[in-house]
Amino acid sequence: MKRKCDRCDNEATVHEVVIRNGEKAEKHVCEGCAREDGFTVHAHAPISDLITKFVISQTKGEKSPVKVGVCGSCGLTFAEFKQQGVLGCPECYQTFEEQLSAMIERAHEGATHHIGKSPKRAGGSAGRHERITTLRKQLHDAITAEQYERAAALRDQLLRVEKPAAEREAAAESSKPQRGRGGSKA
Amino acid sequence: MSAARPPTAAEWLRPDSPEGDVVLSSRIRLARNFAGFPFVGRAKREDRRQILQIAKRDIMQGGLAPEVMWVDLNEVSSLERSVLVERHLISKQHAKGDEPRAVAISNPDERLSIMVNEEDHLRIQVIRGGLDLMGAFTQIDEIDDKIEAMSDYAFSSRFGYLTACPTNVGTGIRVSVMLHLPGLKLSGELEKVKRAANGMSLAVRGFYGEGSDAVGDFFQLSNQTTLGKSERDLLEEFEKQIVPKVVEYERLARRSLLEKRRVILEDRVHRALGTLRHARLLKSEEALEMLSFLRLGINLGVVEGVELATVNNLILLTQPAHLQRLAKHDMEQSERRVERATVVRKHLGGG
Repeated sequence: MKRKCDRCDNEATVHEVVIRNGEKAEKHVCEGCAREDGFTVHAHAPISDLITKFVISQTKGEKSPVKVGVCGSCGLTFAEFKQQGVLGCPECYQTFEEQLSAMIERAHEGATHHIGKSPKRAGGSAGRHERITTLRKQLHDAITAEQYERAAALRDQLLRVEKPAAEREAAAESSKPQRGRGGSKA
Repeated sequence: MSAARPPTAAEWLRPDSPEGDVVLSSRIRLARNFAGFPFVGRAKREDRRQILQIAKRDIMQGGLAPEVMWVDLNEVSSLERSVLVERHLISKQHAKGDEPRAVAISNPDERLSIMVNEEDHLRIQVIRGGLDLMGAFTQIDEIDDKIEAMSDYAFSSRFGYLTACPTNVGTGIRVSVMLHLPGLKLSGELEKVKRAANGMSLAVRGFYGEGSDAVGDFFQLSNQTTLGKSERDLLEEFEKQIVPKVVEYERLARRSLLEKRRVILEDRVHRALGTLRHARLLKSEEALEMLSFLRLGINLGVVEGVELATVNNLILLTQPAHLQRLAKHDMEQSERRVERATVVRKHLGGG
């Protein structure tokens, strides 16, 4: 039931409850009568405006400044990643590590680090992957630029870096790296 | 592709596998990428060709299985590609397009398949009939080692094996068990199992994986996270806890159906058999649904005179691409329904 204005027949939209000396006094008036009484009545703000204002005030400041990065290796931007859902190359994990970390943590139920198998050869020499990556890229560039002498030299270098695999493996065999479950039973 | 391949040999449809009454297959997939190349989505055609070459060398010379068949997907018809999808050897996505890509399949057991240039450079898959995740893992782990002995994988000590999509990063492993759960479905308890699975961050999917509906009460249960848990811990959880629990519930539901609603169960099963033996038109989903009831009936001893192997084979043979390959020509959907009904009648001795 809608309440009528205390003074006229209009619908009461302004309500005042005053408790004075332990006594409650209610006042229900329409907009017009309220103005006459000196109330400042705000015209109804559209609810959408209110929501927008609320949302903006909530997100302001909370949003961390997103770095506009580009992967130096494949040229992928973070915006592109967000659109496509896939990264451009292994280096993207380094380029966007900061932004990716939170996302990965969410996707993997709070996990932040790998546990489990690792390539036998990965432990061998740090930076080997990066070296191979760089060499392959340089080799590719050299071929596209038709610098064949340079390309041949790069190919040899690449072979040298890639080749010791067998020897490396033999070494790894003697000191079996941990695989699967980590830690030893004490 | 080799025409000599027997049209019915599929590891995951073998009738005599461990827990085979409920578990159709155990599948493990590893996502791997070679160091030094962009991921497939961003790789240029020339990169993709190089990746394909490296993969082919590693796979074909690596001694991964006694006989491995290399299928360049641009050199086979779209029908052959669909056959591979139906056999769970490649994904739907991998069947599409004209980019340089391939699949290597161990012959003739089809236990091993390696998709090259799908979302990741390599998607290695090993599949076993019934519940045998440890067996599948031992095999895939060795294969992974052999490839890694020849080429470097993209790997970081923090994030593990680096994959195109960060949701696969870490171990890059997807463990997936195909279950037949008609008992839980009929008793209305399937939702409970699904909720429990979701609570453990497992995905429940239909017969054809992502985005497919559960037709014929076949479901795939798989892990959704790949970071922070070792392969062996994940597998142990699956093989020793999760799957046995579901198998137990399903068997309980079946037993209770037998005891309390035997007539209803028998009716369902025999109606299915009747339809399969006498229908003149069969849709693919209907066939799978009826075969599912029949499979249940055989496992519970409600039906006699039909082999489980026959039903399992029909599950595959009634798929659209297999039907067309069997008939040796392309068919419209309406034609396929006639052909499907004919094939099923022939195998089940109907008239």
